Amino acid sequence: MKITADEVLHVAELARLKIDETDLERFAVQLGSILEYVASLERVDTSGVAPTAHAVLTRNAFRPDEEHRSIDRDRALENAPDSENGFFVVPKIIE
Amino acid sequence: MAFEPVIGLEVHAQLKTRTKIFCGCSTKFGAPPNTHVCPVCLGMPGVLPVLNQKVVEYAIRMALATNCRIAGESRFARKNYFYPDLPKGYQISQYEMPIAEHGHIHITLSDGAVRKIGITRIHMEEDAGKSSHDPSRAVSFVDYNRTGVPLLEIVSEPEMHSPEEAGAYLRRLRSLLRYLDISDGNMEEGSFRCDANISIREKGAAELGTRTELKNLNSFRFVEKALAYEIKRQIEMVKDGEKVVQETLLWDVNQNRSVSMRGKEEAHDYRYFPDPDLLPLVIEEEMVARIGKSLPELPDQKKERFVTHYGLPEYDADILTAGRDLAAYFECCARQVKNPKTASNWIMGELTALLNACGKTIDESPVSAEDLAKLIALMEDGVISGKIAKAVFSDMAETGKAPDEIVAEKGLVQVSDASAVEPVIDRIIAAHTAEVEKYRGGNTKLLGFFVGQVMKETGGKANPRLVNELLSKKLG
Repeated sequence: MKITADEVLHVAELARLKIDETDLERFAVQLGSILEYVASLERVDTSGVAPTAHAVLTRNAFRPDEEHRSIDRDRALENAPDSENGFFVVPKIIE
Repeated sequence: MAFEPVIGLEVHAQLKTRTKIFCGCSTKFGAPPNTHVCPVCLGMPGVLPVLNQKVVEYAIRMALATNCRIAGESRFARKNYFYPDLPKGYQISQYEMPIAEHGHIHITLSDGAVRKIGITRIHMEEDAGKSSHDPSRAVSFVDYNRTGVPLLEIVSEPEMHSPEEAGAYLRRLRSLLRYLDISDGNMEEGSFRCDANISIREKGAAELGTRTELKNLNSFRFVEKALAYEIKRQIEMVKDGEKVVQETLLWDVNQNRSVSMRGKEEAHDYRYFPDPDLLPLVIEEEMVARIGKSLPELPDQKKERFVTHYGLPEYDADILTAGRDLAAYFECCARQVKNPKTASNWIMGELTALLNACGKTIDESPVSAEDLAKLIALMEDGVISGKIAKAVFSDMAETGKAPDEIVAEKGLVQVSDASAVEPVIDRIIAAHTAEVEKYRGGNTKLLGFFVGQVMKETGGKANPRLVNELLSKKLG
């Protein structure tokens, strides 16, 4: 399956990945062959088979509307690169 | 060339569940930042979301109230994008298989016309966190307490053609959510949000024009104002030979104009796919039937009952059933008086004016429904006149006292005894010989003048019907 350098750039952008220009061709070929492999599924005759997103047959797992204890804020913020006054601090969001 | 605007609305309503949609964290508003969070809503690796059953029930309630078809099987999907208020890197929403589709509601316009507006779909999803900014620094602050609070997204067909229709549609949706007791429906506080898609086309044309999307419409007033502005802007563009560009606009409250949200426009590529963490949702007919039975009387049904049972005009019934509390207030009052229409008049007139003046809602009304009913009964029984009743009402609002108490204290009981009114009338007739002559000469309009004089003399307490009767007799 043919993947273009532009498509690689687009996917990288969506995934917020910085890719070196020199790698574009290599990734295009790799992604292409992965998709090619997955595309082999298309050769299976699925007429009459409903699309399925889950392999298990279980349906409807619910929980009741009951409160559990939230975790301590210090724990919540523990892995954050930066925090302040109980907030996660992130680079400025441009509105 | 005549243009016709085409408007479609997307509403996000926060549901009033105790806990979040996929975890047991509290949804309570106003907690210190990041205290209602857990590994699930923070998007930690290895956690599993589990669906809150109440959210499904609430979605079904709204689906039934908006005449939607409820899907026997629906599922959740991941909407992928990166934004700091979204810890997982995706929002759990519904995409291809929403819980409800193909519904409609009826809206009433100010001229009394009723229009049917289609509902394309209703689906469940999770809310994002909240960010705040410090203008003097290059950082933003994120609070994930709101992350995972359940939302219903309600999408209309592009079937509205004026800001007024859009406003009426939103008010009706909010009224339904409140009747069903599933959302606060408060636009200012963000529990009821609206985005609008707007385009214009030549009147009668079948095809839709290029649309723009207006965001940040956080009050009913802004919605109508912003839509009117955007419609005008698009019409002017087309008239000038320009093309409307498909873009997302932000309503700027301070400048009263829409501003382009450049930058955020970059290819919306959400790569939706079924969320493997959540099982398909199967809704049995039995569940729908059970929820259907538990629905309260809805505004349309209530309106009809108010017309048939209380003999109210459609107009009154429409206004009184806009809110569940207002309708309850009316019914409480109407049951205790002879003429329900009088109760309606007082509620839509004096009471509404009072509430507006003191900025209170009906359930905070300084005058209770029982007391207003007592006041109306005093009037209907001829104990006080309508004019005195208005004065008593102001007193009630101010002091919180019962009407009979005020009437007794201030000696406001209506004088319906002819022997007490007659001497006053005789005095007035004697004092206005010129007017009496004119009246007898055929100027019968002067009767009002005499009535006024008698009422003035008696401090408004004389029974107006008796005064009219006696005056006509003595003058004629």
